[in-house]
Amino acid sequence: MVGEVHGMVEKRGSGLWLTHVMMIAGVLVIFFPIWLAFVASTVTQPEIVRPPMPLWPGDQLVENYSKALFSGVNVPVSTMLFNSLVMAIGIAVGKIIISLLSAFAIVYFKFPGKMLFFWMIFLTLMLPVEVRIVPTYEVVAGFGMLNSYGGLIMPLIASATATFLFRQFFLTIPDELAEAARVDGAKPMQFFWDIVVPMSRTNVAALFVILFIYGWNQYLWPLLITTDPEMNTIVMGIKQMFPSGDDVADWPVIMATSILAMIPPVIVVVSMQRLFIRGLVDSEK
Amino acid sequence: MEKRVTFRGWLLPLLLIAPQVVISAVFFFYPAGQAIWQSLFIPDPFGLSSQYVGLGNFEFLLGDKFYRASFVTTAVFSILVTLCSMIPALFLAVIADRLIKGSGVYRTMLIWPYAVAPAIAGVLWLFMFNTRVGVVSWYLGQLGYDWNHVLNGGEAMGLVVVASAWGRISYNFLFFFAALQAVPRSVIEAAAIDGARFWRRFWTIVLPLLSPTTFFLLVVNVVYSFFETFGVIHTITAGGPQQSTTVLVYKVFSDGFVGQDLGSSSAQSVILLIVVGALTIIQFKFIEKRVHY
Repeated sequence: MVGEVHGMVEKRGSGLWLTHVMMIAGVLVIFFPIWLAFVASTVTQPEIVRPPMPLWPGDQLVENYSKALFSGVNVPVSTMLFNSLVMAIGIAVGKIIISLLSAFAIVYFKFPGKMLFFWMIFLTLMLPVEVRIVPTYEVVAGFGMLNSYGGLIMPLIASATATFLFRQFFLTIPDELAEAARVDGAKPMQFFWDIVVPMSRTNVAALFVILFIYGWNQYLWPLLITTDPEMNTIVMGIKQMFPSGDDVADWPVIMATSILAMIPPVIVVVSMQRLFIRGLVDSEK
Repeated sequence: MEKRVTFRGWLLPLLLIAPQVVISAVFFFYPAGQAIWQSLFIPDPFGLSSQYVGLGNFEFLLGDKFYRASFVTTAVFSILVTLCSMIPALFLAVIADRLIKGSGVYRTMLIWPYAVAPAIAGVLWLFMFNTRVGVVSWYLGQLGYDWNHVLNGGEAMGLVVVASAWGRISYNFLFFFAALQAVPRSVIEAAAIDGARFWRRFWTIVLPLLSPTTFFLLVVNVVYSFFETFGVIHTITAGGPQQSTTVLVYKVFSDGFVGQDLGSSSAQSVILLIVVGALTIIQFKFIEKRVHY
C-alpha cells in the first residue's frame, strides 16, 4: 500500500526522467548568462565584435585574465579585488562586533536610557543607505573620509539587523547560565567571553556569510565616495571599464573581470551553503 | 521580553552600546535629519545660501510630471520584477521537490546567481543584449526582430526587469523549496489515495500551505526592487531612454549628484523614507501574524 502511494506521489520511470529533464533545462537557462560571460573571457576581441560570438570557450583564458588582473583598464583588477575584500570583511566583522556588544548590553543589563537606545537602533532598520545618500556623502566628505576604507565601511555598518538577531538569540540563552556565573562571582565581560560568544558561534558564522555578500555586492556607495581609481571596488569598478564615447569596450577583459567579481561570493555561498541558508532565514525573520 | 537575571552597573553597558550608538548617530541619524531639513530649503546655484520654502519642494515634486512618471515606473518595475522572480522560482522548487535524489545538486547550481552582485548581473545581461555584439540580440535580429533597448523604452524596461529578477530567482527558490519540504507528506499521500492528481493536489493543498511564504516573499521582493536594483539600472540603461527606467531611487541619485538639485533630492529621500516606513510596517505586521500562524 505504502509503495503504491509513493508511486502516485513521487514520479518514477518516465515521469522521473522528465522531471530531471525539466530541472536541467531550468538550471541551464539560469546558468546561461554566467556561461556566456565565461566563454567571452576566454576568446579574443575580434571573435566577440563579429557576432555571433562562439558558445564554447576559446584558448585566451590566461591572456585575458592576466591582462585584467595586472593591467586592467583604469586600474589593475587585483587592486579592485583587494579593496572589495577589505570592504566586505570590514563590514561583516565591524557589524558583528558592534552588534554583539550592544545586544549583550541590551539583554543583560538595566541602565538609564536603555529603551531610548533600543528604539534608536531599531529605527535604523528602516532606512537603507540609498535613501540618505546625499547627506551621508556630505558627512563622510566632512570627515575627509572620501577614498578611504573607513568611508567605504562605516556608513554601511550603521544598521540594526545584526543587533536584533543577536538580541533574539541571547534571549533564548537559559537564565541559569547567567545566574551560575553571577553566583561564581564572574564579571559580566567574563560571562560574555566564556559563555555568550562561544554559544553564538553558529549565528556569527551564518551572519558573516550574509554580510560578506552584502558588503561585496555594494555598488552605489563605493560609486559615490571612491573617485580615485586606486580605491574602486570590483563591483563598481567594472562599470568604469566601459569607454564613455563610441569606442568599443574591451569585452574579453571586462567579462574576465565580471567572472573575477563573482568568484569570491560564489565560493562563500556554495561552500558554506548550510550556514548561508540559515543566515538568510534568520536575518529575514 | 526581558531577562530575569541581569548584571548590575550602568557604566559598562553604556560603553558596550556606545560604538553602535555613535555610528548610528553620525552616519544615520544626522544624515537622515539633514535630508529632512534640506528638503525644506532651495539652495541658490552657488551653494552660498538657501531659502526656506516650507513644503515647496514637496508641492513641486507632486506636481512634477517627471516625478509622477517615476512613481509609475517604479510600480511597474517592482511588480514585474516580483512576478518574474517568484513564478520561475516556484516552478523550479516544485520540480526539485518531486525529486528524491539529486535535488541537492540542483540547489547548489541554482543558488549561484544569488551571489552575483546586481551591478554584475547588469553587465552580464547587457552583454547578451548589447545592440552591437550581444548574442541574444543578434539571434533576435536573425529572426527578424530588431532589438534596441538603447532607443526603445519598453525593451529597456524588459531588460532591467529580467536582469534584476534573475538573481532573485535563487533567493525565492530557496524559500519555496524549504516551504515545500515542510509540507507534511501524509497530507499529500492522503489526497493521492483519494485520487487527486498532481496539479489538483498542487492547487488545492500545496499552494494554500505555501501562502505565508508567498506573502513574505512578495514583500521582500518589492523592497528589493525598490532599493537594491540601482546597480542593474545604472549599468544597463542609466535611467533612459527618456527616463523610461528612472525608478525613485535612481532619481534621488540623478537629481542629487548629477543634477545637484539638493532640495528636491532631499524631498525625494523623505518621500522614500515614508514609503520604506510603510513597507516595514507591513512586513512586521505580517511577521507577527506568521508567529501566531
